Amino acid sequence: MAPVDVLNQISDVIWEIPVSYKAGMRVPARIYGTEKLIRELDDAVYDQITNVATLPGITKYALCMPDGHFGYGFPIGGVAAMDVDQGGVISPGGIGFDINCGMRLVTTNLDYKEVKPYIKQLVDKLYERVPAGVGSAGFVRLSRNEFRKVAEQGAQWCIRNGYGWEEDLELMEEQGCLKGADASKISEKAIDRGAHQIGTLGSGNHYLEIQVAKRENIFDKNLAKAMGITRPDQVVVMFHCGSRGFGHQVATDYLQSFLKVMESKYGIKILDRELACAPFHSPEGQAYFSAMKCGINMSFANRQVILHRIREVFSQVFERSPEDLGMHMVYDVAHNTAKLETHVVDGQERSLLVHRKGATRAFGPGMHDLPFRYQEIGQPVIIGGSMETGSYLLTGVSTGDQTFFSTAHGSGRTMSRTKARKTWQGQQLQKEMQQKGIYVRSTSYAGLAEEAGGAYKDVDEVIEVAELAGISQRVVRLTPIGNVKG
Amino acid sequence: MPYEFLEDIATADIAFHAWGDDLEEVFKSAGDALINTMIDNLEAIAFTETRTFQLENEELDLLLFNFLQEFVYYKDSELLLLRAQQVQIETKESGYHLTAVTRGERLDRDRHHQRVDVKAVTLHQFQLEKTDNGWTSQVILDI
Repeated sequence: MAPVDVLNQISDVIWEIPVSYKAGMRVPARIYGTEKLIRELDDAVYDQITNVATLPGITKYALCMPDGHFGYGFPIGGVAAMDVDQGGVISPGGIGFDINCGMRLVTTNLDYKEVKPYIKQLVDKLYERVPAGVGSAGFVRLSRNEFRKVAEQGAQWCIRNGYGWEEDLELMEEQGCLKGADASKISEKAIDRGAHQIGTLGSGNHYLEIQVAKRENIFDKNLAKAMGITRPDQVVVMFHCGSRGFGHQVATDYLQSFLKVMESKYGIKILDRELACAPFHSPEGQAYFSAMKCGINMSFANRQVILHRIREVFSQVFERSPEDLGMHMVYDVAHNTAKLETHVVDGQERSLLVHRKGATRAFGPGMHDLPFRYQEIGQPVIIGGSMETGSYLLTGVSTGDQTFFSTAHGSGRTMSRTKARKTWQGQQLQKEMQQKGIYVRSTSYAGLAEEAGGAYKDVDEVIEVAELAGISQRVVRLTPIGNVKG
Repeated sequence: MPYEFLEDIATADIAFHAWGDDLEEVFKSAGDALINTMIDNLEAIAFTETRTFQLENEELDLLLFNFLQEFVYYKDSELLLLRAQQVQIETKESGYHLTAVTRGERLDRDRHHQRVDVKAVTLHQFQLEKTDNGWTSQVILDI
């Protein structure tokens, strides 16, 4: 029986896999998608999301967002809330190696007509100033001790050192510094890998993009205005990156440490070693939680230094200060994290460790941790689509409690990198994109081919599902005009 | 080239299958597959630097996992692209011990054609198996 046949349709866009699907499932799994998206879903997602449903402490459902696809351990798009008072676990495979991989969006007060003549110059300069690609190093050089401070202080360290504006901090999840990060829990190897990588993009699907909020793509004028999108055809800058080699090593270290104790010490049996975990309230679980927070903070710092570079580049090209160019942050979201949050489940407040792996927190109006300016409208959610199609700015909604206030994070891949590379040719793709009005620079033509728009799901359909399901609301669709690809 | 990249698994990441007549060869092949994920022209990597890996693990497949991680570590920490020249695996009471001599050079953006960066080696569907003809492994790399 094909996995799709076991699904119970809950609504037009919500599908459930019952606990009878696999031995050991503690809760049902729910996948978000149109019938078309569901039919196109890789069979591995069924296996992965139902493996997640067997983890101790999982509450209500193992969830897969509409951009979900084949991952490792968890599927990408996976959300799982673990009740930490009921033996709930923490799992690096539910967060991803790239801890706090996330998105940041910055406005300008320029419109498309003003930017178009400078697009090549802007992209070339950004390409030069924000290093990308395999093992790239940034301009911020730190001693090991200073790097430990970055890991504990996150973006706040950057502001203190002149990389950004005070106002930036309130426009990030956790104000750019997750408290409780403990640098004594990270290995020397993790520091070796990350110490010189602050201010670098990385590679794969990481990018820095200049985009336009075309007037016809504004779905809600008031919400857009509240987020700083106020002019017709306004130009914005979006970028996607994470905690680089530092975060990757933190996850690798703890994956191995959990494998050693999981079964022998805690009696936890898992169906895939990539789901290695430990009880949240255990010495190993707490050590990883503190180390992961360091990864989260390094990533906030990385995006902060990149923002600083972007402001410098725009300022040089337009010969105006970044303040004068209105280069304010809209928001910064994390989409690879586990956070301790309080949610109401069946009428009771519960303390849940919400794992979001390739899923974005989408807090509704009035929720805690939202900056004052977004209290009324809910949290901005930044969705990076493919470099050829477009991206989205959404907002969290009050009906998002069904997914512990989580939504999609991108458009989601449908084709493997290896297949995409055989299907498209990087140089040709670059030319075609230029004809469509997107000037792109990349460290790798092969890497560029792997990111072709055709390798992704239809971002419009994915975002429509998120809106129909009531887990986020569309505000603006953003169209790419220039791209630096890692 | 005793490895191949797999098209039908790991949508956003890279999966490969590597093999060899003996254990040492499958380790070498898997190491090359990992570096080839990042750099198209392996033959352009000159052997000017040497790094020796010494690793141990109770499980043989986790020893391969540790071995592959070393390449990722040197790529980030010293920007080194390395290829295994000699691999020795011994069985001792405490488990498996590996000594590998690897050689390579610092990444040069002009000479080394980049593909995609490897973030980590995952344990998802990770396999190392003895077959009738030697050894085979399957690995998914996080991209």
